[in-house]
Amino acid sequence: MSRTEGKNLRVVLYEGPGSTPLADDARFDTLSALLDSGFEVTRPVSGQQVAPADDAPVLVLGLLDRLETPPIVPPDQEVHFRNLAEGDPVEAAREVREATGARALEAWKPWFPVIDFDRCTNCMQCLTFCLFDVYGVDKKQQITVQNQDNCKTDCPACSRVCPEVAILFPKYGKGPINGDVVREQDIQREAMKVDISTLLGGDLYGSLRTRQREARKRFSTERDESKALLERKRCLGKLKKDLDIPDEVLMTLPSAEDIEERAARARAKLAKRQAMSQTVKDTRPAPSETEWGI
Amino acid sequence: MSILYCNCTYAKVVPPEVKKDVLRRLSDSGQAFDAVADLCDMSARKDPALKKIADGGCTKIAACYPRAVKWLFHAAGTPLPPDGVEVLNMREDSADDVIKELLA
Repeated sequence: MSRTEGKNLRVVLYEGPGSTPLADDARFDTLSALLDSGFEVTRPVSGQQVAPADDAPVLVLGLLDRLETPPIVPPDQEVHFRNLAEGDPVEAAREVREATGARALEAWKPWFPVIDFDRCTNCMQCLTFCLFDVYGVDKKQQITVQNQDNCKTDCPACSRVCPEVAILFPKYGKGPINGDVVREQDIQREAMKVDISTLLGGDLYGSLRTRQREARKRFSTERDESKALLERKRCLGKLKKDLDIPDEVLMTLPSAEDIEERAARARAKLAKRQAMSQTVKDTRPAPSETEWGI
Repeated sequence: MSILYCNCTYAKVVPPEVKKDVLRRLSDSGQAFDAVADLCDMSARKDPALKKIADGGCTKIAACYPRAVKWLFHAAGTPLPPDGVEVLNMREDSADDVIKELLA
């Protein structure tokens, strides 16, 4: 089962009719333990609003005197009951999750790019930059995050080269990449980063190819392996520093052949998009008087 | 008005003392609420539960930066409504400020 499938178990921490209210400490400890273990918890209170029910399985947890289905759960919903007086809430939730086939939890850091479409200009710089095929274009030729599982944890490099600061990584430490407000100085700083990224010649793939050719040439003429390795180390160090690319990602960069192939695919996607935009532009009728605002 | 609390379980980017204090006071308040382990994780999985939150009407969300929350919902294919949603930022604001707004 991939990360995009499966319903989560909804745990309802129930203190209504047919139950004994929890002590404040017990309620907080139960909530914390369930959330820290990745569960979704609803605390309903009579007459107050919570998220509406869906078809996810429900576990009602509480100091239950009798089995009373809370009003927020529709009559035909799959409901399980566990008494907090009789066991650990996390164990109970795990057991019900398994019994209902609800989504199993993963220990992972949710790391993937999130596009701010209020800022994105669809320039495709991220698509041509990312070496791991994370980006693609949708049917409307709009940039999209197509393969988020390919994204390398803790690598924010694509957001560093985005000229509009339109790519977020909410788990990143610093703003504006973490979603903080974008300020004028951020745009200027990010523009500088783009300039720095072009230190390799403006086209990362081209630059890597050139560097590889040069390294091969040097290697063949000088037969000095240590020099070649030093040069590679220097280049990777610069990438790491300027674009904040983690060591693990640098270690897993695709081979030169893969990069070539990837670059060709990205160029084809981009050309297709440009051709499409041109066609739309060419076939668009002349604006009416209303459209001109006359 | 419903309340949603995000525990940011899978990363340590929200100050632990802030999120703990907010959850504690929310838990003690007698107010109904929904709590999720991690909105980023739900967005990555395109969790259908996000839709029920987005469709749920007026909501106060205690999480992180409003821009991040807005586009996380959008990325999951369940954009938040343009009006009626208030995002409170536990990464930047104090627990006092967040809880005050949350329970107002």
